[in-house]
Amino acid sequence: MSDKRNLFNKVWNLHSVQDLSGGQTQLFIGLHLIHEVTSPQAFEILRERKLKVAFPDRTVATVDHIVPTASQARPFLDGLAEQMMSAIEKNCKDFGVTLLDLKDNRQGIVHIVGPEQGLTQPGMTIVCGDSHTSTHGAFGSIAIGIGTSNVAEVLATQTMFLNRPKVRQVVVNGELAPGVYAKDVILYIIQKLGVQGGVGYAYEFAGTTFDAMSMEERMTVCNMSIEGGARCGYINPDQKTVDYLKGRPFSPQGADFDRASAWWLSLASGDDAQFDDVVTFDAADIEPTVTWGITPAQSVGVSQPLPKVSEVAADEQKLIKEALEFMGMMEGQPIKGTKIDVAFIGSCTNGRISDLREAARIAEGHRVSPHVKAIVVPGSQVVRKQAMEEGLHLIFEAAGFEWREAGCSMCLAMNPDKLKGREVCASSSNRNFKGRQGSPTGRTLLMSPAMVAVAAIEGCVTDIREFVGATV
Amino acid sequence: MAINEIKTVKSTGIALLLDDIDTDRIIPARFLRCVTFDGLGEHAFEDDRQQDPSHPFNQAQFQGAGILAGGRNFGCGSSREHAPQSLMRWGIKAIIAESFAEIFFGNCGSLGIPAVKATRADLEKLAAAIEKNPKLEITVDLQTLKVTADGVSFSVSMPDSAKDALITGQWDYLGRLLSAADKVAAHANKIPYLTGFRA
Repeated sequence: MSDKRNLFNKVWNLHSVQDLSGGQTQLFIGLHLIHEVTSPQAFEILRERKLKVAFPDRTVATVDHIVPTASQARPFLDGLAEQMMSAIEKNCKDFGVTLLDLKDNRQGIVHIVGPEQGLTQPGMTIVCGDSHTSTHGAFGSIAIGIGTSNVAEVLATQTMFLNRPKVRQVVVNGELAPGVYAKDVILYIIQKLGVQGGVGYAYEFAGTTFDAMSMEERMTVCNMSIEGGARCGYINPDQKTVDYLKGRPFSPQGADFDRASAWWLSLASGDDAQFDDVVTFDAADIEPTVTWGITPAQSVGVSQPLPKVSEVAADEQKLIKEALEFMGMMEGQPIKGTKIDVAFIGSCTNGRISDLREAARIAEGHRVSPHVKAIVVPGSQVVRKQAMEEGLHLIFEAAGFEWREAGCSMCLAMNPDKLKGREVCASSSNRNFKGRQGSPTGRTLLMSPAMVAVAAIEGCVTDIREFVGATV
Repeated sequence: MAINEIKTVKSTGIALLLDDIDTDRIIPARFLRCVTFDGLGEHAFEDDRQQDPSHPFNQAQFQGAGILAGGRNFGCGSSREHAPQSLMRWGIKAIIAESFAEIFFGNCGSLGIPAVKATRADLEKLAAAIEKNPKLEITVDLQTLKVTADGVSFSVSMPDSAKDALITGQWDYLGRLLSAADKVAAHANKIPYLTGFRA
């Protein structure tokens, strides 16, 4: 008998400890990732209530948000960051949790570390006190961001209460045009479905466009599910997923791996799987995409003008006006040619080796525009080492990019990497919220890392397809 | 933990009817450099307030307000519980908005802050009433799912699970989860990746 359940419902049912009245499920959590920002208060709750970590083997910590990327000498210059670092060190020691700290060459952004170490696997439920936990859905897991009270709950019980969301299949079919990347696909989807379109849903990304993507590209897509309001996004496991996980430190080994692979592949939604909603897009309609506003849905194709206030729905006009005013932009103006001050390549969205390779390929033989400060922040120490073995850092440095240590850096600017004043940043990160990059009046333009590299060189937003010297 | 039933919230109001208010705006990331939630209240909406002297959170007549009226997709973005913590420590005891981002909604539930949904038209009426009379006492009744104030009355909605937890004082989810420890241990034996993929 065919199983008409989609992957989400199969994995959810497997982890359901009990259903409660009122529609909630107590869900078993297979992997709990923690970091220094959202965990200290949770460990305090455990201390106050004299509780232990229930499943320390299913809990892994790293440090990323506050980590400086220039000098990592301890103690940090920022006393508050040093205090947070000391807290996670003590908490992990006291509670028996593995910590991948700065001295550990596996350290990095939590959503890059999980997959690269093989911790993230299909069929798992994965949580982390970080909204971009949706990244791990690229492997066919249920991966959701949680708050600090939930972190305490999962530490103490390895479970939490959740309402089962509906599942929307977001289908994209066709080949991406040259110069169009996974980042453009997810920015396009968010532009079409809105920043709250996914509230109440998990997104299954399906179709030939996602089938053709590498695991790293799939992570970029799932990473930004939350920017479309969906707490969780996933892609069905396939042979690429299995191949990616083979031989990773925390992957099953030997005969276990063969049994694991068979199970992983069996979880994928079948052709007759049922969904609460299905939307379909055509890859041919997607062009290199750039945000112009203060939400990730406020984006346009790089060849397109900004919207006109009168052309948007009445209840959207206030927000559009607020965004135009903050960004210092005019309705209907082109996005192309917008001068930038800073270029940031990195983050859990686009700080992986394939992102750095593509940006380096574009930067090679060029120079960063004299008025632009450009930084490259690898997503993990593993990514950094790999890039250096390939000589990517030499290409970046020759072009005038700064080559940094691994961390979240200017994606949210909790470390010293911040915009100043009203600077405009071409950024490969995930949020263009007001003040997101560390200056209350700083402005962010989200785009693919390749487009960030082009903008850094030209000094302004540029269509990668028109960039002289790039074979896209 | 002591049972703390939350059936009604009565207070004056403050309105911020903007859409897509993200948690970076509610509490900018630099204030997350901390190991406790103490002191976050004074930084609620810090950057918006700095740039806009007329921001409601700056205005004397709204200090002490406990009921916040918000727009669509309130609390989107980062999962930081620091956001509802900062609002709570500023004095907010309940939020009425057109809709909420899910992680923010869950965090409010964990802190015992009722977060209820209303229509835009009703929120605009409420905001106008608050503007006209900042001392207006507003009642959010969770049992009847009604918001009432002098001259204003409308229905709100909230998922049963969240409503029941507040009304019965069972929003200490940790305690309830702990009581199922045996079930959890047994359930772990059914999970393939915890049993060498033999389960």
